[in-house]
Amino acid sequence: MAQAGFPAIVKDAGLAALVALGVGAPLLGLQTVPGERGLDLVTRPGLLLATVCAVFVGRLLLGLFLANRRSAARSAARRAADAPPRIGLTPMQRVGKMVAPAFLALAVLMPVLPGIGRYEIDLGTLVLTYVMLGWGLNIVVGLAGLLDLGYVAFYAVGAYGYALLAKFFDLSFWAALPLTGLLAAAWGIILGFPVLRLRGDYLAIVTLAFGEIIRVVLLNWTSLTGGPNGMSGIPRPTFFGLPFSMSGGEGTFAGFFGLEPSPIHRVMFLYYIILALALITNFVTIRLRRHPVGRAWEALREDEIASRALGLSVVAVKLTAFATGAMFGGFAGAFFATRQGFISPESFTFIESALILAIVVLGGMGSQLGVAIAATLMIGGFEVFRGLDEYRMLVFGLAMVAIMVWRPRGLISSREPSVSLGARRNVGAEHVAEGKG
Amino acid sequence: MTAAAEPMLSLSGVTTAYGSIVALRDVAIEVNRGEIVTLIGANGAGKSTLMMTICGSPAPREGAVIYDGADIAGMPTHLIMRRGIAQSPEGRRIFPRMTVLENLRMGSEVIGGQHFEEDLEKVCTLFPRLKERLAQRGGTLSGGEQQMLAIARALMSRPRLLLLDEPSLGLAPMVVRQIFSAIRDLNRTTGLTVLLVEQNAYHALRLAHRGYVLVNGRITMSGTGADLLARPEVRAAYLEGGRH
Repeated sequence: MAQAGFPAIVKDAGLAALVALGVGAPLLGLQTVPGERGLDLVTRPGLLLATVCAVFVGRLLLGLFLANRRSAARSAARRAADAPPRIGLTPMQRVGKMVAPAFLALAVLMPVLPGIGRYEIDLGTLVLTYVMLGWGLNIVVGLAGLLDLGYVAFYAVGAYGYALLAKFFDLSFWAALPLTGLLAAAWGIILGFPVLRLRGDYLAIVTLAFGEIIRVVLLNWTSLTGGPNGMSGIPRPTFFGLPFSMSGGEGTFAGFFGLEPSPIHRVMFLYYIILALALITNFVTIRLRRHPVGRAWEALREDEIASRALGLSVVAVKLTAFATGAMFGGFAGAFFATRQGFISPESFTFIESALILAIVVLGGMGSQLGVAIAATLMIGGFEVFRGLDEYRMLVFGLAMVAIMVWRPRGLISSREPSVSLGARRNVGAEHVAEGKG
Repeated sequence: MTAAAEPMLSLSGVTTAYGSIVALRDVAIEVNRGEIVTLIGANGAGKSTLMMTICGSPAPREGAVIYDGADIAGMPTHLIMRRGIAQSPEGRRIFPRMTVLENLRMGSEVIGGQHFEEDLEKVCTLFPRLKERLAQRGGTLSGGEQQMLAIARALMSRPRLLLLDEPSLGLAPMVVRQIFSAIRDLNRTTGLTVLLVEQNAYHALRLAHRGYVLVNGRITMSGTGADLLARPEVRAAYLEGGRH
């Protein structure tokens, strides 16, 4: 396995599985149980099959992992050569390259796959909301390195912004959406100004306070926001002006397309809205990273003094990061309001900020794919472990500690350079921030 | 006096303080076009403060900083740095997690990334070591390479005035010579004006056309590099017994 190609690894895994079959067939496949006349022989093909599969998969992963390590070592050795080294992709990276498109395809097709019901689509919508929030916060925390513990404030601004615009100005979701983004961005700048000189822990404390201030104001401004009773009757989104109604009349979605009216239509529509919003967030972030603005964010995260010495206006850089991150939080908030139809300050507590930050940190700060995976695991996991009731948080605490011990820089910790000549190469995990805000 | 004879940078009566602690008192220096001027002094003499005062962080409490005919004292740092001044800061301060190429790109951002490819070629010719390491993270470079990168990054904005703060800090003598000879070449071939702050007085004075000696926030001596090198008080304080 000198070159450790993918086929060689598969072959190796296949061999291991064969050995497991040989050894396991008598040991696992056959069991003696006390019968009427002595011992009876029982076969257990299911267990045997599961074991063989587990061995195959385990060996495969091990092979990929080792090949990845070997190739990293090789490329390090090759760095001394004078020609700029062109590094081929390791098997792990090749698999990695397929993960994002596979995820995307799954996300797009999910609602129409067989066996997917309303519950699954609802869960998917929730997961995507957090993916979007994670990507939005990733701009502030992951790229610009500004630790924001009050991100939920912008989520709340977006949600209440839409609810109020709909109530007082009778705006539809689509008309209000850009406005909520602008509103949240404006609040991002309002928060940004007083904290321009702060970094790290101090910044975290002030943003935490900001998140609480917004929530407390929403809770107490009863005449405008309804206080703890929240706001209800928030209009649902329409499909190019066609409402989703159960009447099935001429002017409704079902009536227009000649479909049987069903509540699933709206659920699917909401799913695709948040998918589109999340993808826009991702697209904008990826483009900005290659743009001077995005590079300036990263430079600021790396070294503020050097950034200033290179003629960057730290004020402008920080404010654009806050405003951009907040804008996406605002979009997500407006979506949340239109989906729920009802909002109250209870949905915007500190625990939400903490959850979104946890998604960003666990995913690997600055990594788009990592954030998506972390959001899926966290939110999906919350649902899966619903049966554990209050022990759920315990399980999650343990899982987070485990991830942080095992991968201290998050699930995906490499960063792709934003400028390159010829071959791209990822920046290794050991130089990505470790628990640094 | 014609425009060409005017110094590119002149400080007069500059006093800088951190709170109540005065770091520079009534400092006056001049840097002419095409000159290498060095500022030498012991630890804590105020060399880096002087450099940072030119950059506006901190701004001087009193006095004028005239660059290219305009008083830049009190201007925000990023606007000063957009006027054709570039700095290689003390301790290098490269972006460790960004690649060498990205670091260089950040240097050219101030002029909107103009002639990036062309300037990249130039700095790679000046420091061939960087060319081998373009795709590598800044943080994985050796100290000398990081210093080369810091200077190269500063050059990417095509500055008219280059400020170098302790480029020899913590480097092996051979690397120091290499870097100083690159600065000399640059000055000879392109006429770049350089203000060099150094503790390594011997190398700095041999390289520079003129030099100033800073002691406790005041300029105590000035003269040509060779002139200062020959002075017994400079030799006693900064050369003999000191590090070379």
